[in-house]
Amino acid sequence: MFNDLSRMGKYLGKAARMLVGMPDYDTYVEHMRSKHPDQPVMSYEEFFRERQDARYGGGKGRPIRCC
Amino acid sequence: MDNKNNPLRHLPWVVLALVGASALGVIALRRGEAVNALWIVVAAVATYLVAYRYYSLFIATKVMQLDPRRATPAVLNNDGLDFVPTNKHVLFGHHFAAIAGAGPLVGPVLAAQMGYLPGTLWLIAGVVLAGAVQDFMVLFVSTRRNARSLGDMVREEMGSVPGTIALFGCFLIMIIILAVLALIVVKALAHSPWGMFTVMATIPIAVFMGVYMRYIRPGRIGEISVIGIALLLGSIWLGGAISTDPYWSEVFSFDGVQITWMLIGYGFVAAVLPVWLILAPRDYLSTFLKIGTIAALALGILILSPDLKMPALTQFTDGTGPVWKGALFPFLFITIACGAVSGFHALISSGTTPKLLANESHARYIGYGGMLMESMVAIMAMVAASVIEPGVYFAMNSPAAIVGADVASVAAKVSSWGFVITPEALEGVARDIGETTVLARAGGAPTLAVGIAQILHQLMPGMSSMAFWYHFAILFEALFILTAVDAGTRAGRFMLQDLLGNFVPALRRTDSWAANVIATAGCVALWGYLLYQGVIDPLGGINTLWPLFGISNQMLAAIALMLCTVVLIKMKRQQYAWVTLMPAVWLLICTTVASLIKLFDADPAVGFLALAHKYEAALAAGQVLAPAKDLGQMQNVIMNAYTNAGLSALFLLVVFSILFYSLKVAFAASAKAERSDRETPFQAIPGA
Repeated sequence: MFNDLSRMGKYLGKAARMLVGMPDYDTYVEHMRSKHPDQPVMSYEEFFRERQDARYGGGKGRPIRCC
Repeated sequence: MDNKNNPLRHLPWVVLALVGASALGVIALRRGEAVNALWIVVAAVATYLVAYRYYSLFIATKVMQLDPRRATPAVLNNDGLDFVPTNKHVLFGHHFAAIAGAGPLVGPVLAAQMGYLPGTLWLIAGVVLAGAVQDFMVLFVSTRRNARSLGDMVREEMGSVPGTIALFGCFLIMIIILAVLALIVVKALAHSPWGMFTVMATIPIAVFMGVYMRYIRPGRIGEISVIGIALLLGSIWLGGAISTDPYWSEVFSFDGVQITWMLIGYGFVAAVLPVWLILAPRDYLSTFLKIGTIAALALGILILSPDLKMPALTQFTDGTGPVWKGALFPFLFITIACGAVSGFHALISSGTTPKLLANESHARYIGYGGMLMESMVAIMAMVAASVIEPGVYFAMNSPAAIVGADVASVAAKVSSWGFVITPEALEGVARDIGETTVLARAGGAPTLAVGIAQILHQLMPGMSSMAFWYHFAILFEALFILTAVDAGTRAGRFMLQDLLGNFVPALRRTDSWAANVIATAGCVALWGYLLYQGVIDPLGGINTLWPLFGISNQMLAAIALMLCTVVLIKMKRQQYAWVTLMPAVWLLICTTVASLIKLFDADPAVGFLALAHKYEAALAAGQVLAPAKDLGQMQNVIMNAYTNAGLSALFLLVVFSILFYSLKVAFAASAKAERSDRETPFQAIPGA
C-alpha cells in the first residue's frame, strides 16, 4: 500500500510540475540513456534552467497561456 | 461481456440526456421563483457528457479517423524536452492550465446583464458545437503536421499571403487582449489600498521565489510554491491591516491613471528582465492558485447549492444595458467569448500540447474534453455573478456617466430598473469586502470576486472574513492577468519583430539588444495606448474594449475553423466539412455583424463613427458634450472613436481576406481528384 502511495505521490508531483510546463526529469534522463548514450546528460539544475528559458523565452511568438 | 452491439449500452446515456434536458427545461422555463444553481450545473454537465460520448466520438472516428497506430510528433521527435510522450491525464492538466485564463471568468460575468439564461445557453451550446470542436480539430491538424503553429499551418495550406495576414491578426488580438486584461486590473485596484498592496507584494514574493529556485535550492518548484502561496496569504492579511491604517492606506491608494502608468512601466521592465526572476515564479503561483480556486469554487457551489438572484432574462436583452451596449445578437456571443469558443486556444492547441501527445487517440480527451472543462469554469463564473444581488451587480458594473457617482443616486437609478437596492446595502457590501466603495468597479473581476467571496465565506464561515476572500479572489485574478501581460508582451514582441522584419530585416534579429528594446517598446506602447484611452474613457472603457476583444477573439476562432474546413476538403472528406464549417459560418456572421454595427450604427453609444461625428459636430459648434469636461477631452473622445473604428475595420479586412483565400483554396482542392493536404506521411509507432 505504501508503494502505491509513493507511486501516487510521484504521479501527482509530475502532474503538478507539468501544469507549469516542467517536464519530468527522470523521463529525460531515461530517454538520453537509452537513445543517446554518447551525449552528455544535463544535471537537474541545467535541465530546469533550460526548460524555464524554453517555456518563457517567448520565441516564435507562441504564448504560454490563453487570455 | 461483449456489449459492443447491444443497443442497451445507450440506455444510461439516454437517461443522462433526459436528465440534462429536464434541467435545461427548469432553468429556461421556471419563472417567478428562485432557480437553484445546481440546475445549471446539472444541465451543463449532462450536456457535456452526452456530447463527449457521441459527438466527439463521431468527430474522432468519422471526421478525423484518428489512428492509434500512427506515431505522434512526441513519439517521432522524442527528445525528453520539447517533445515528450506524456500520460494523458497529466497532459490534460497541462493543456487545461494553458487554456484557462481570465477570459472565461470575465465574459460570463459581463454577459449576466442580460440575465443568466442567454449566457448559460450559449456557453453550453457553443462549447459543444464550436469551441471544443475547434480545439480538438486544431490539435488534430497540428499533430498531423509535426506540431506546427497555427500561422505556419495557414501559410502551408493556404499560401504565404494569408499566412502573414493571419500572423498580423494574431498580433492585433494579442495587443487588444493585453489592453483589456490590464484594464480589468486597473478597474479592480483603483482606490483600493488593500488590493493594490497585495498585488504589489507579489513582485518581491516572485523575485524571492525566482532567486530561491535559481540559486538557493535550484529547481525545487514544489516547496517554493508552497512558501510563495503562504507569503501571498500573509500579504492579503497584511493588506487588510494596511487598508484600515490612515497613513498606509493613503500610501497605497492610486487612481486609475496612476495605476495605468505603473502597469505600462511594469510591462516594459518585466518583458526585458530574465524570465526566471519574475515571470516564471509568478506563473507557478498563479497556476496553482487558479486550479485551487476553481476547485474550491466548484466545491462551494456543489455544497451550498445557492439560489440564483439574477433573473433569467432582464430587460437589457434589447441592447440598452448599462454594462455594455448592444443587442443579444450578436453582442452576447461576442461578450461571452472564451467560455464558449476561444480563438486563442488555437494557438495553444497548435503549440505545446501536440508536442506532448503520446497517442492520437488521446486528442479527443485533451482537445474536446479540455475545452468542456473550461466551459464548466465559465458556467461557475456565471453562477458566481448570479448569486449576488442584481442591484449590487448593476451598481458595480455601470459607468458613472449612466448611474451617477454616489451611492444614493446609484441606488436610486439601479432600483428604478427594477433591481431594488438601498444605498445602505451598497455601503454594507463595500464594508463587507473591505473597500470604501463598490461603485464603478466594471470589468467583471471585482463582481466575480464578490461572488467567489460570498461562496467561499459561506463554505468556511469561521475561517476568515468575506473581505479576506474578496481580496484573495482579486489577487488570484490579478496574478494571472499580470502573468498574461508579461508573457503576452514577450510573445507580442517576437510577433512584431517577425512582422516588421518583412520591411526592415535588421529588426528580426532576436539576439539584438536594440531590436528587442524597440519591439518591446512598440508592443507596450500599443497596448498601453489602448489601456490609457480605456481608463480615461468617461463611459468606462470596458464598454468599448471588451467588445473589441470579443470580436478579435471570435475572429481568430473563425480563422482557425476556416483552416480546419479547408484541410478537411483537401483531405477529400468534404462530406464532413460541416462539422467545422457550421461554427465557422456562425462566427463569421457574428463577428461581421458586430464589427459593422460597431462601425456604422447610428446610435453614438454603439457606433464608433456616429460617436466621432457627434463630437466633431459639437466641437465645431464650440460645445462640450458630457461626459467630456473640456475641449481637450472632446478631442480624446473623437480620436479614440476613430482608433476603435480603424481597429474594427482592420478586423473585417483580416477575416475577409482569410475567407477569400479559404474559398479559393477549397474550390481548387475540391476540383482535384486526389487529396492535396500537407499531412506528414504515416509512420507506425515503433514496436507496436
